[in-house]
Amino acid sequence: MRPEQGRPTRGGTDRESDGADAAGEVIPIHTGADVSRVRRVATAAMATIGASKIETTRMVTAASELARNTLEHGGGGEMRIAIVGRMSKRKVEMTFIDQGPGIPDIHRALTDGYSTGGGLGLGLSGAKRLCKEFEIKSAPGEGTIVKVASWTERP
Amino acid sequence: MPDSSGSNLPGLLSRYQDRILTDWIAAQSDVGVLRADLMREAEIRRQSRSFLTHLIAATKNGLNFDIESDQWQDVRDMLTEVTNYRVDHGFTPTETATFIMALKQPIFECLRDQFKDDPNTLVNEAWSATVLLDKLGLYTNDIYLRGREDIIQRQQQEMLELSTPVVQLWDRIVALPLIGTLDSSRAQIVMENLLEAVVESKAEIVIIDITGVPTVDTLVAQHLLKTAAAAKLMGAECVISGIRPQIAQTIVHLGVELPQVATKADLQSAFAHALKRTGVTFSSR
Repeated sequence: MRPEQGRPTRGGTDRESDGADAAGEVIPIHTGADVSRVRRVATAAMATIGASKIETTRMVTAASELARNTLEHGGGGEMRIAIVGRMSKRKVEMTFIDQGPGIPDIHRALTDGYSTGGGLGLGLSGAKRLCKEFEIKSAPGEGTIVKVASWTERP
Repeated sequence: MPDSSGSNLPGLLSRYQDRILTDWIAAQSDVGVLRADLMREAEIRRQSRSFLTHLIAATKNGLNFDIESDQWQDVRDMLTEVTNYRVDHGFTPTETATFIMALKQPIFECLRDQFKDDPNTLVNEAWSATVLLDKLGLYTNDIYLRGREDIIQRQQQEMLELSTPVVQLWDRIVALPLIGTLDSSRAQIVMENLLEAVVESKAEIVIIDITGVPTVDTLVAQHLLKTAAAAKLMGAECVISGIRPQIAQTIVHLGVELPQVATKADLQSAFAHALKRTGVTFSSR
């Protein structure tokens, strides 16, 4: 097993955030118990938008991976969660922010099996596959921001 | 007479001790923290008198506002006892802190009588009394929180021990139903319990049932893999059961592979698999 690098990189990709400010909640991430709390909050938010069991499990698992990255690679930080959009277009947006060392090579960090922390090296790339939207910004010395979003498809 | 620290408070406290005590108990009643419904009046009186006595003893060599210093040891012990007593009897932390802060009123009244012609001293002494009693009142809050934290830690510890039973299902078959979050400290306990069970029951098949684990992320998967690998080293085969559809999908998307571990959707299938592997057959009569 190779170590896991889970840190998204700032300065890398991505559009500006669009409206994660609507009725958001901020969860500090400084201990393992905070990672559990992130999972609970994510579960509750997915229930609020009426997401399916599968969507919920995927999003909560991604949240778990990203929160642990924030804790272990970013040296702690926070998660902002918000429900954006209206009616059937509602989605849950989560943003993980840390002021840690940042990720020098985002592309590599997103490669399966690449890890710097002794994990499976699947956390960050796995989270990307589990969410419908995934953005990462990071640069060495500038911390990391990962923003993900998910929703449930309805006919 | 001002003492070495220049304060008149210590002298005033011991001189008017009886009056202050009587007025203080009345003040507790006025602000509604004299809860005769929760605590007998004799006990309230005893606690109040005891606190006042300790306060006088702690200040008799001069006012020292550092309530963490040795001089305040007896008062701190007394406050700890009072706070714990009150928590046990259903007082809120605010009521306990207010019990101490209600002492301001009788002290202010004594100061007013004593220094009615000297407003400067009056204000200074009132300020000293306020600072001191606020600190002592807030100290009871700290004790309350510390007590709560102890309880939480104890419960966490108890949950860790309670939540990882190893169940013998059949000769040489054990199961370990996991419920809740599998973090690193719990995974460690799970592995220890399981490996001990392998030795004790000479188990050949170990079923880890994750029906009750809500989220299987890469860390949980890694713990499961390590546990399975350790069991294998001891000659036991590991079966993971209780993989619900959403968990299966999530594991696939994460890219986690479980090559050396048999997996089953539910405990029943895992048990059937285990019976087969150990050569147990049933015949109908």
